Amino acid sequence: MLHEPSAELNEDKSADKKAKLGLKFFFVYLFLYVFFVFLCVYKPELIGQRVFLGLNLAVVYGFFLIIIAIIMGFIYNLICTRLENKYNEGREV
Amino acid sequence: MIYDVSIGAIIIFVCFVVLVLILSFYFARKTKTANSYYAAGGTIHWSVNGIAFAGDYLSAASFLGICGMIAYAGYDGFLYSIGYLAGWVVALFVVAEPLKRMGKFTFADALDNKFNSKGIKLTAAISTLIVSLFYLIPQMVGAGDLVVPLLGLPHWVGVVIVGSIVILIVATAGMTSTTYVQFIKGGMLIIVTVILTVFILNKGLDANPHDDYHVFTSLEASFDDNGKLLLNDDSKAEILYVTEGAAGKERFAKMKFNGYERWFRLIEKDNTVLLEESLSVTDPTSGDVLYNGAEKSARQFYQVGHMYRIISEGQEVESTGGLNPFKFLTKIEDSEIIIYTKAIVEDGDDRVSVYYPKVVPGTSVMKPGMIFKLANGTGWDKLNFISLMLALFLGTSALPHILIRYYTVPSQRAARKSTIVAIAAIGFFYILTLFLGFGAMINGVIDVTSSNMSGPLLAKMFGVGIFSLISAIAFATVLGTVSGLIVASSGAIAHDFIDNYLNKQMTDKAKVRAGKISAFVVGIIAIILGILFQGMNVSFLVGLAFAVAASANLPAIIMILFWKKTTSKGVSASIVTGIASSIILILLSPTMFERYGMLKTDAIWPLDNPGIVSIPLSFAILVVVSLLTKKKETQLGIVKE
Repeated sequence: MLHEPSAELNEDKSADKKAKLGLKFFFVYLFLYVFFVFLCVYKPELIGQRVFLGLNLAVVYGFFLIIIAIIMGFIYNLICTRLENKYNEGREV
Repeated sequence: MIYDVSIGAIIIFVCFVVLVLILSFYFARKTKTANSYYAAGGTIHWSVNGIAFAGDYLSAASFLGICGMIAYAGYDGFLYSIGYLAGWVVALFVVAEPLKRMGKFTFADALDNKFNSKGIKLTAAISTLIVSLFYLIPQMVGAGDLVVPLLGLPHWVGVVIVGSIVILIVATAGMTSTTYVQFIKGGMLIIVTVILTVFILNKGLDANPHDDYHVFTSLEASFDDNGKLLLNDDSKAEILYVTEGAAGKERFAKMKFNGYERWFRLIEKDNTVLLEESLSVTDPTSGDVLYNGAEKSARQFYQVGHMYRIISEGQEVESTGGLNPFKFLTKIEDSEIIIYTKAIVEDGDDRVSVYYPKVVPGTSVMKPGMIFKLANGTGWDKLNFISLMLALFLGTSALPHILIRYYTVPSQRAARKSTIVAIAAIGFFYILTLFLGFGAMINGVIDVTSSNMSGPLLAKMFGVGIFSLISAIAFATVLGTVSGLIVASSGAIAHDFIDNYLNKQMTDKAKVRAGKISAFVVGIIAIILGILFQGMNVSFLVGLAFAVAASANLPAIIMILFWKKTTSKGVSASIVTGIASSIILILLSPTMFERYGMLKTDAIWPLDNPGIVSIPLSFAILVVVSLLTKKKETQLGIVKE
């Protein structure tokens, strides 16, 4: 028995493009995250340096990782919505 | 007991529970079909679902666990915030829309969409159940921790209360009521956290955190010619004997002090000997546990943690007054803080946990290093940290109770938008955890026996009103998350296993009934586990749940989406490998050995978090088994060339 989605959806002709875009965004964030972990593990003296408004790199980078995730999410949604409108001619997907 | 029962907190809590139950019974009348029970009919608006996501995710681990961990160990606790949030990036950019497209009610539906395989149905159901149970443990532990100060009841009673209410919620209305409970709770949690953060910043730093704060005694002593330790002024106390901690790093004196048997840390420095008053919890072979040598009700046990020296603009000051968020953090970093460190002492047959004060520079609590030994640690220490960060990053998008929320919205677009709302809400909350955690660390509110209570106890310092609200929301946090987990678990049993795997022909009504019975059974198991794991930090436990989820589920999800040679046997083998390897490594880990009553150093496996081994292993098994079985499945028409 194969399953259907919880609601009937139209075919999403922009799915491939959105998936590729998602992967690009994912790898950008992955790089930022891995670099943070690298700094914590291999450059602990650097992560304690004060870099912005008296805050050290550990705090600033931590805040940055959270805030950039939110910003990237909004940008991703904006581009995906345009792709959906363009390829699906306004049908709900 | 070091905290009083609060009538206000009880009233607010009861009102909240009644509201939740009314909501559940209201939605129960609308829950007639399996679709409405498991997926809220796929009709939830994306903005509501987004905040409900936040409600699901900001569980006891986030609110109780992270705040507690930052309060105890500074920035290391914030690393959990960073990792938990980063996991949502994987969910948004990689998993959300395809999973919405492929699934129906559960994560197993999505995995099995392409294969129609009995093996996947069974293993995915088992995986959902195990991951949910792992995630349920910390929620129930958190519930028990909360009930102690709120209602003045024992830990196990809290676990039973929460378990019973949740069973009632889930067994009545399923995903619809769970969604709205999460929506209300998620929204309220964020609002109250903002209010609490404003209070913390407005208070600033103060060497004397509050009027009731206990001032710890330091006694001067010296050794006589025979090496015997004597007090310089023996009118206040009497030394009973001196012994070493189990780790051999510190020495402690058992003393008669103010009529109780107390423990003091022995410090030798510059030809002077000091005995520093410490906290102790004695677990006797028979009788009640003693807190500072007395029963809980004697109130001899104190809340701790404060600023030792406050440096502001280069000057030492008594207090700073209100601070902006940046100044709050930088002034802590400039100053020195008293934190409490635990040592184990053997007192005859009794085991004593001694918590002694230690002055640490602010620079060391504002960067990694208090828990994760990265600067001077061994290779294993570094690997343990990398393993945790990997599990947190990959675990979110593999959590069954998060994944099922993609089926409550009507479209892929709504799934994506609700994920973004969730990231914004959760990210904002996680930034505030840093202020909550440090606020608890320096304001003399820490209960050293339960790191999980730091957030609510901090609220209590600002008044019973905010404490009552925070406690009620914290309870709701547990209620909501446990509800989501039990819906996911009951879906795994009733929908994936009974309906799909055993292929029992059931009417829609029978499917809903099977789900409710499953919810009841899982709820009972959750109650038992919550009692068994009392005393462990909930965020640490959730870190383990993430590792199991990332090992068992994520390789299957990713490879089905992106590798065309994936076979059903490869997926099943990967899930089984992920579950087995992660659980075995957890059972052999240092923290579990401590739980068994042995020393951490006796552990067979040196890492606490298994992710760095179990996740790649699960991926590797999927690839190998898929390559070995591809030909056969292609012939059977299961996989296309």
